[in-house]
Amino acid sequence: MKLSRRTGKVMPSLKDAIRSSCLKDGMTISFHHHLRAGDYVLNDVLHTCTELGFSNLTVNASSIMACHTPLVEAIRAGVVTGIECNFMHASVGHAISQGLLANDVLFRTHGGRPAALESGTAHIDVAFIAASASDPEGNCNGKEGPSAFGSIGYAMSDAVHADYVIVITDHLMPYPLTDVSIPENLVDAVVVCDSIGDPDRIMSGTTRITRDPIGLLIADYTARAIEACGLLEDDFSFQTGAGGTSLAAAAYIGERMRKLGVTGSFASGGITGLLVDLLNEGVFKSLADVQCFDREAAASIRKNPHHVEISASRYASPQAKSTIVDRLDAVILGATEIGTDFSVNVHTDSNGMIMGGSGGHSDTAAGASLAIIAAPLVRARLPLIVDRPQTVSTPGKTIDLLVTQYGMAYNPKRRDLHDCLTGAGLPVFSIEELKEKAERLTGKPRLLKNEGRIVARVIGRDGDELDVIRAVHK
Amino acid sequence: MRRSCLFLPGNQPNILQNGMVLPCDVLIFDLEDAVSEKEKDAARELISQALTTLDFGVREKVVRINDMETFHARLDIINVTKAGADALMVPKTVGSDTVQKAASILDEAEEKADLPLGSVGLILLIETAMGIEKAFEAASASSRVRALALGGEDLAADLGCSRTKASRELFYARTRLVMAGRACGLDVIDTPFTDARDAEGCYEDASYARSLGFSGKLAISPHHLEPIHRAFRPSESEVAYALDVVSAMRRAKEEGLGAVSLRGKMIDLPVLAQAERTLELATASGMLSTSRSTSTKGD
Repeated sequence: MKLSRRTGKVMPSLKDAIRSSCLKDGMTISFHHHLRAGDYVLNDVLHTCTELGFSNLTVNASSIMACHTPLVEAIRAGVVTGIECNFMHASVGHAISQGLLANDVLFRTHGGRPAALESGTAHIDVAFIAASASDPEGNCNGKEGPSAFGSIGYAMSDAVHADYVIVITDHLMPYPLTDVSIPENLVDAVVVCDSIGDPDRIMSGTTRITRDPIGLLIADYTARAIEACGLLEDDFSFQTGAGGTSLAAAAYIGERMRKLGVTGSFASGGITGLLVDLLNEGVFKSLADVQCFDREAAASIRKNPHHVEISASRYASPQAKSTIVDRLDAVILGATEIGTDFSVNVHTDSNGMIMGGSGGHSDTAAGASLAIIAAPLVRARLPLIVDRPQTVSTPGKTIDLLVTQYGMAYNPKRRDLHDCLTGAGLPVFSIEELKEKAERLTGKPRLLKNEGRIVARVIGRDGDELDVIRAVHK
Repeated sequence: MRRSCLFLPGNQPNILQNGMVLPCDVLIFDLEDAVSEKEKDAARELISQALTTLDFGVREKVVRINDMETFHARLDIINVTKAGADALMVPKTVGSDTVQKAASILDEAEEKADLPLGSVGLILLIETAMGIEKAFEAASASSRVRALALGGEDLAADLGCSRTKASRELFYARTRLVMAGRACGLDVIDTPFTDARDAEGCYEDASYARSLGFSGKLAISPHHLEPIHRAFRPSESEVAYALDVVSAMRRAKEEGLGAVSLRGKMIDLPVLAQAERTLELATASGMLSTSRSTSTKGD
């Protein structure tokens, strides 16, 4: 007689998996955004929830991307009435800003989200985890299969803290999967679909080095400022965003490290092919990767043991015993607006419409020894520096230096930077002087007063409310 | 110092303001080729406003006016002179006629703007076969002329030949222009390198121009500024020799001698002038401090 074997947790369909989760109206479902603009899973799940007649759901997603516009329809249909996220693309953000959602959006940070799950401030009833490879028991990763996207770091906390975990994959592999990012003991069900997304669209379009001469000038100043502050020595660690200027700064920093013969400890964050090249050249010893920004990074994390996958919690949770961001020497960040107190807006545009979010902005600014905002002083005839930003995404006390094409300004609490920067011949001004320079070009913009109802709340990484975002009616 | 001379289109305000931070020696605000016929008035106004209100620092502010044969040229000269241009670039210059026409309107413009007569210079853009042949005549036609510049694209069209990356078709024009300009004590600026994405190609082209005697190069892209500066950066040995020349000439002057021997060779005033140019380039390239260079030049 042949004994029957366990067949695993594979469900016949997404509908069956949702039914098995005992999802009910009013519950919270979660998603990660590692497939960025190529993600199909959030839309598929919402479509299925609509078909199943659910209503009043809250979507807790690490980020809402441009491809998630069907969410707007789900809100209109009453299927979704709440959103918690760390970033929201304008394609959904503008609808939210016009008061579409009944409840306030809760914006957290990439570190604040796992912290909220760890403390119980936020709760996930059912987590839907897109995995590019999974075995029948739910051992899964984002590194293998035709839709490989690399690190699955943001989903790790969901898997640990959600009441029910559904892995959705388009590449079922034999048990046991050997390179496991999320293990079977956390997974309740597995669904196999035709495709979880388009990995070519992981790359958001902002992950190429800028060719804009002004962006290159800002990048050059930024790299020189980091060197002037004495940080470019062995075991240097840094993070940069995916914007073209940040990437150019990373390239310049790499050049300077090569010239100085310096070997960095690690680079972290969203990882790009450029950072992979620096790792492969030996400029950095390792990469700490919470998400891959392009296919080069996704390919590297699969094969290079020094390219390390990390969870969002290890990356930046203020509840954790230690984190990657706290070990950063320098971080290069962007800004839509910066106040004269150095507080930064990355949530709303000049009309107050939602078009972004903190992501890891606040976390890295708080953790890094030198937090730099690198941005053009004037953008589309709007000055970067304002008395107070429309939305405070990152507190000014965590920002150390602003770098623009016209020069740089250090936060007065970092007077220690003065001699380093001026000693290196860098153009240093007060933030008020830079503001004045910008306003000489643009005039002083009229203060926008949005007095509509609150549509979103910005929660700082420590869990306190930093600011609110109000409705903008066209 | 006219190593790098960057064109900025006169009809794009966001690009004009970049002139305040781009690391070039000369900014050339363009009213001619970059601006369509229907935008000439608006661009003239925009450039005038930019010259009046923006701080371009030590960069020389030049406006490329429209062809002297068009009605725009007079309006261009009157307006941008009043707004504070340091010099005008005169396109399609052919001999003294073009120069005298421009200089005559400039006299009037300076008077209207209460500027000292002759304070605004002319940079002659030579871009036709006849222009090349009459380069010396043009260069010596007015004391306002500060420099000659070569327009290789239009010249190639006028010659009926293809423009190539190697630029062999421009050899005669380049050397002829250098000769004419230098004979009049002027700067001579080479034609722009037209592939904005090929920085190394630009470096090669600028290095060649420097070897022929050009003092700088026109640039159509900010990406060309770095390779141009690299090409015009003197070597360490050139700078060391120039410093020795200046020092030896200072000693000769103190001793009342006209010429002096250095490293077994006689040096005189033309060698001193060349050494001073080298030191000026070295200072602009960040190889010497301004004070050191100034004190050298002051001797």
